[in-house]
Amino acid sequence: MSDTETLLELRQVNKRFVATDRREDIVVLQNIDFSLRPGEIVAILGRSGCGKSTLLRIICGLIPASDGQVLYRDRPVTQPVAGISMVFQTFGLFPWLTVLENVELGLEAQGVPVAERRQRALAAIDMIGLDGFESAYPKELSGGMRQRVGFARALVVNPDVLLMDEAFSALDVPTSETLRGDLLDLWLERQIPTRAILMVSHSIEETLMIADRLVILDSNPGRVKAELPITLKHPRDYTSPAFRRLVERVYEVMTATAVGEQRAVAGIGYRLPSAHVAQLLGVLDEISHPAYQGLADLSALANALELEVDDLFPILEALQLLDFAQVADGDIHLTLHGQAFLDADIQRRKVIFGEHLLKRVPLASHVCRVIDERSNQRAPESRFLRELEDHLSEDEAERVLQVMIDWGRYAELFAYDYDSGVFSAENPGEGPTAV
Amino acid sequence: MSEPLPSVTLTAWPRLPNRWDILLLPLVFGGLFLLAWGGHQMTAPYTFGAELPISLDPAMLPGYALRTVLRMAIALACSLLFTFLYAKAAVGSRRAEQILIPLLDILQSVPILGFLSITVLWFVQLFPGSLLGPECAAIFAIFTSQAWNMAFSFYYSLRMLPKDLYQVANLYQLSAWQRFWKLELPYAMPGLVWNTMMSVSGGWFFVVASEAITVSDRTVLLPGIGSYIAVAIEQRDLAAVGYAILAMLVVILITDQLLFRPLVAWADKFKFEFAASQDAPQSWFLELLRRSRLLQLAMALPDWLWERIRPLMLRRRKRRLPLPKLRYWRRVDPWLDVLWMTVLGGAAVASIVFLVRFVSTEVSEAEVAHVFLLGGYTFARVVILTLLASLIWVPVGVWIGLRPRLAQHSQPLVLFLSAFPANLLFPVVVSFIVVHHLDPEIWLSPLMILGTQWYILFNVIAGAAALPNDLKEAAANLGLRGLLLWRRVLLPAVFPSFLTGGLTASGGAWNASVVAEVASWGSTTLTASGIGAYIAEQTVRGDHPRVALGIAVMSLYVVLFNRLFWKRLYAFAQRRLAFD
Repeated sequence: MSDTETLLELRQVNKRFVATDRREDIVVLQNIDFSLRPGEIVAILGRSGCGKSTLLRIICGLIPASDGQVLYRDRPVTQPVAGISMVFQTFGLFPWLTVLENVELGLEAQGVPVAERRQRALAAIDMIGLDGFESAYPKELSGGMRQRVGFARALVVNPDVLLMDEAFSALDVPTSETLRGDLLDLWLERQIPTRAILMVSHSIEETLMIADRLVILDSNPGRVKAELPITLKHPRDYTSPAFRRLVERVYEVMTATAVGEQRAVAGIGYRLPSAHVAQLLGVLDEISHPAYQGLADLSALANALELEVDDLFPILEALQLLDFAQVADGDIHLTLHGQAFLDADIQRRKVIFGEHLLKRVPLASHVCRVIDERSNQRAPESRFLRELEDHLSEDEAERVLQVMIDWGRYAELFAYDYDSGVFSAENPGEGPTAV
Repeated sequence: MSEPLPSVTLTAWPRLPNRWDILLLPLVFGGLFLLAWGGHQMTAPYTFGAELPISLDPAMLPGYALRTVLRMAIALACSLLFTFLYAKAAVGSRRAEQILIPLLDILQSVPILGFLSITVLWFVQLFPGSLLGPECAAIFAIFTSQAWNMAFSFYYSLRMLPKDLYQVANLYQLSAWQRFWKLELPYAMPGLVWNTMMSVSGGWFFVVASEAITVSDRTVLLPGIGSYIAVAIEQRDLAAVGYAILAMLVVILITDQLLFRPLVAWADKFKFEFAASQDAPQSWFLELLRRSRLLQLAMALPDWLWERIRPLMLRRRKRRLPLPKLRYWRRVDPWLDVLWMTVLGGAAVASIVFLVRFVSTEVSEAEVAHVFLLGGYTFARVVILTLLASLIWVPVGVWIGLRPRLAQHSQPLVLFLSAFPANLLFPVVVSFIVVHHLDPEIWLSPLMILGTQWYILFNVIAGAAALPNDLKEAAANLGLRGLLLWRRVLLPAVFPSFLTGGLTASGGAWNASVVAEVASWGSTTLTASGIGAYIAEQTVRGDHPRVALGIAVMSLYVVLFNRLFWKRLYAFAQRRLAFD
């Protein structure tokens, strides 16, 4: 195989979702250009909501791109093709089929005769280390073994390109490390015919352990932010200085503009990050630890708190949004407000949090204003959802409002009644209180 | 591949019959023989209106039972086919879905006797001079008591299909055929099996109505248990009623053991869960089937044939496009929608005009109002009875549900009870009312809920049994007792499943009113005023406009009641009380 050959090529791929009663589409992926060459493992890294899973599904032809093209061996992909198979985060196993039947499924669809199909399936099961479990049903297996079935099923069709959609993230740490190691061994020893692997992940260390190249996606909308070649030799040691340097480098790239960059599109349509107040406090608490003295390295912080990118970045964004911390170049440091918030007692914290919400989150002040303006001091959630849906998709609008409710309740800015879906001024049953 | 094949089941071809086969073979051949005999009887020559002698000799009962079962089996097969086609059509297109699903809702509310009285003459003309005509009408009646809820169940399963499995099927390019057998049907299986059992119970409840067909003052008694019961009631033969109960008991037990238990045990593997359940259902017959080598051989035959045929078909098949047409609908042309709604609206208006004109040829406005009033009577009965049944069965169900051993054994019992036809109680009820000079308006009513009250019990048992253990422990730990425990823990916990049971029970009660508001024992006939009695009487007289009027009014009541009451409660329960 020559290095110049390209297995997969994405040309200006866009994905937009159309909401029924909206003027403009919601852009999920924007102008994705990228290619996959034989012999490499490429990892796509990004925060949740950057469309990385959508991208994988476009590549394997499960959903169509809105614009642009996916070329597999120079042919456009418009439907699932035999040369590309995928491993799913949630395994995607059929609970009523045995391990063997699950693995045989793809071959059966291709019309491979029984004898050959059985032999190939058994070989794949054997290779992936599932020997002896052929007649088991998925429910009898542990998570790790289930994902092995997922791998066997994807590999048995001899794919050129193997896609992995967060294939290890549903597993516990030791299990995922073992499985990852086994897969890497098969790959390095050329025991599988697969010519390239494309994986999506939100774990920086996981991707650095196996990938030859990293594609970092930005979010809202998802676009390629940076590509990073990884030249470390296998086996890689995640404690080695070179590895740690790479981790920090990735954090730097990811925080270069990612956090807080939405400020350009401020207004009530700002996508509030899904972070709980307790998480914010936990991170602030960690940064203020004497070892850091208010300035922490993100990779160290992520390690100490055992947070992956998906969990960490929303927290960082929230902290930055509320002016409790500043994030830049892979570091985070506590602001004076953050310190004050942390030092306050429970009641005082609510007051500080509320002040920052009103000052820095347009949606919060908007909700409060609307409630205030109403004579009965009540407003239905549908009103806010409608407004949010001018900027966001339906699901996203609901998520953002959910975050707003969570934060607003904590700060006691307003009350929200789940049953009726009504926002109102302050606590029910307590009478009006001073704002 | 370094090691030899580890599992015996993989070596596929069993060579010799084993002892399980010796047990099974007579069963299979016996079944085949009975099938052939019954089928022959069904196509016997017959002119409509001629009397078919029904003997009350208990020796005749096995033969009658067989013919009844055969009818039900054929109806069930039709129901399955209908279920697959209907649900697939509804899921396949949004526009189809817009009519098919509400239509199913309405069909469910039409009393099965209504279908029978309208279709029987048509069927008779379809097969002149043969018993096949009335047979088909009876089978169709049974079909209408089975098909709707099965179709609903399958439709909901298709809608709920997990997205990732759907994507796997797309990714590996499973054909529509493969997708149906590997993904859709297996996923729907547990719900479908359960609904099939309910359907068959429902079929038994109407066994008399479907076999003893009275249209335009002519009665056709199709040989079967239902006709046997009808004749026994007419001749006041208590012993015969007893034999009929016994025969039904035996038949239901046999179908339970040979068909439903194995089905339930087998369907357990299709449950979409990834934790091995502790107490999986068991069935001795299924064990027998699974251990029989000949049967394995027979089961492998279709697969074997398929593998031979497939390469031939594969060559001809064009490349298909399994494009994911999942739940979201792309930009839809609003004008097409407008057009579609206009067409539908026009058809609806036309039907109403047609119905009104058809009915008004015979019926005055005053009578229409009277029929609505009759509907109101039946409505009151349904509400009161459902309420009473709930008051009795909810506490009982909770009590049983909290005791896992009892709960396990409740299912077959409940299914038998719900299959018990109201007609079998006529002797008791009629004599009781006559002897004690009671008011039939009140005392006939309990017959309506006889068969369907058990669904309340059964669902409540299931709901209580599913109560998470930590909630029970927390309640005990907090010292919750008596009324507080019921109000805060037990009732909210079983409420969603109670609703399912209550909806089924009240819907069934409407349907049963046609059988239950008129009860006779020999020459004594008691009637309670209500829309069920009205439909039954007009059916006997063969007055089609009035039958149509009665059915339309009853359907209207049922649909409104469900929409305005049950569905709202459902939405409430889902929002508030579901364990998330």
